[in-house]
Amino acid sequence: MNQSADTPPKLRIRGLSKAFGKNKVLRGLDLDVAAGESLVVIGGSGSGKSVLLKCILGLLPPDEGSIQIDGREIVGLGGAELEEARRRIGMLFQNAALFDSLPVWQNVAFVPLAQKRMSRKEARSLALERLADVGLDAEVADLAPAELSGGMRKRVALARAIAVHPEILFFDEPTTGLDPIMGDLIDRLIRSCVTHLGATSLTITHDMDSARRISDRIAMLYQGKIVWQGPMERIDEEKNAVVQQFVSGSTEGPIQVTL
Amino acid sequence: MVVPLLTPLGRAFLAFLETVGRLTLFTGSTLWHCVRGPWYFRMIGRQMIEIGYYSLPVVALTAIFTGMVLALQSYTGFARFSAESAIPNVVVVSITRELGPVLAGLMVAGRIGAAMAAEIGTMRVTEQIDALVTLSTNPFKYLVVPRVLAGVTMLPILVLIADIIGILGGYLVSTTQLGFNQQAYLQNTWDFMEFEDVFSGLVKASVFGFLIALMGCYHGYHSRGGAQGVGTATTNAVVSASILILSFNYLITGLFFG
Repeated sequence: MNQSADTPPKLRIRGLSKAFGKNKVLRGLDLDVAAGESLVVIGGSGSGKSVLLKCILGLLPPDEGSIQIDGREIVGLGGAELEEARRRIGMLFQNAALFDSLPVWQNVAFVPLAQKRMSRKEARSLALERLADVGLDAEVADLAPAELSGGMRKRVALARAIAVHPEILFFDEPTTGLDPIMGDLIDRLIRSCVTHLGATSLTITHDMDSARRISDRIAMLYQGKIVWQGPMERIDEEKNAVVQQFVSGSTEGPIQVTL
Repeated sequence: MVVPLLTPLGRAFLAFLETVGRLTLFTGSTLWHCVRGPWYFRMIGRQMIEIGYYSLPVVALTAIFTGMVLALQSYTGFARFSAESAIPNVVVVSITRELGPVLAGLMVAGRIGAAMAAEIGTMRVTEQIDALVTLSTNPFKYLVVPRVLAGVTMLPILVLIADIIGILGGYLVSTTQLGFNQQAYLQNTWDFMEFEDVFSGLVKASVFGFLIALMGCYHGYHSRGGAQGVGTATTNAVVSASILILSFNYLITGLFFG
């Protein structure tokens, strides 16, 4: 990725480390995400992908390292400044994480309702618009999240994440638990939402098909570091043994499979 | 020889200190966010209805039977010394000072403390609390503060109602079974009722409401590891709230009457 020297990348991570007890999950991870690009981080289960996202969101304090958004350091921020930084980030959780005490439309319009920025009527029409963006009609608006199928929950969660026009979007395993067709649909929705918003997106997944559909660029996370990154088209010719093994889904190679 | 014995002891002590520290921080944050807005009034209202209104039947039943038993038991005891006339006194003092707040507190701890821990615990393990944070909403302000404020304000109201119903229970048993004159019983009850007794009971209720909500939220907030973790959190919330209610009851009684 060509990056001119004077414009900092949207997201710049340097030397990020995080350990839980003796388990060193991230070991000095470096990663840049340019403005407007869609980067997918691939890696095995338990490789620290979710920890990476949680560190950037400030849900977990990193042990070491720096995370900058638009050149501004966010590690160590607290209170109002951290909330300000978070306001620019939207997140789609692996299991949707919809608030099950609220109907669908109040989930989607959660932020404007909570911050009392608009009347309930306006918030409802905003929610219906966002639901339409993800291909859901007005009938689901008054259902409880528990009444929805997995794919619908993901779509509602996507609508909630994009409702406030974030500059940066995080997707945690967007296709996990969905059938291949629904997975494809979610990937397309993600792609179109990101393009539509002009947002920068960072996706973590272990689903290679999904990674190919979503990404401009792929980075491979292995043993707490980014071991390879490059344009999506190049990943199939890549000689790096770790990447090769992961892409082909083989049990033979440098990645240890513990049963 | 000594070291293997001391290791688990030290570990348990460290775990205890960790819990105390975490609980102190949690309480501190809760109080801080209670006095600093913005407040989610819709959530506060919802919790007030949940705690105040829906606990009424349970608290009322507890109170009426307690009052009835109290009259019956003190009659069998006092009749031996021909001191039956003290029954209205015994009922009104025990209900307003002790039994009203403590029994209502314990019942609400079982009902509400458990529900809070289960709800917040499930929100924790299904990442809904993380989702709140990413939607720039502080979980303390959105989840904890409404429950604590509702607990602190609703428990005294519940206890006031429990006081009235408990005294009514004693009155019913005394006048229908023990042959008391209705008017004389009410007159006695009124004469023996002290402002300080009722007031101390309501102060206790408010403290208990705080403790119940705090324990429910704390254990839910820190629950880990799926369904089992939520189950443990629920149990811990009820047990710790009950123990705290009984010990703070002693402390507050000491402050008022010691």
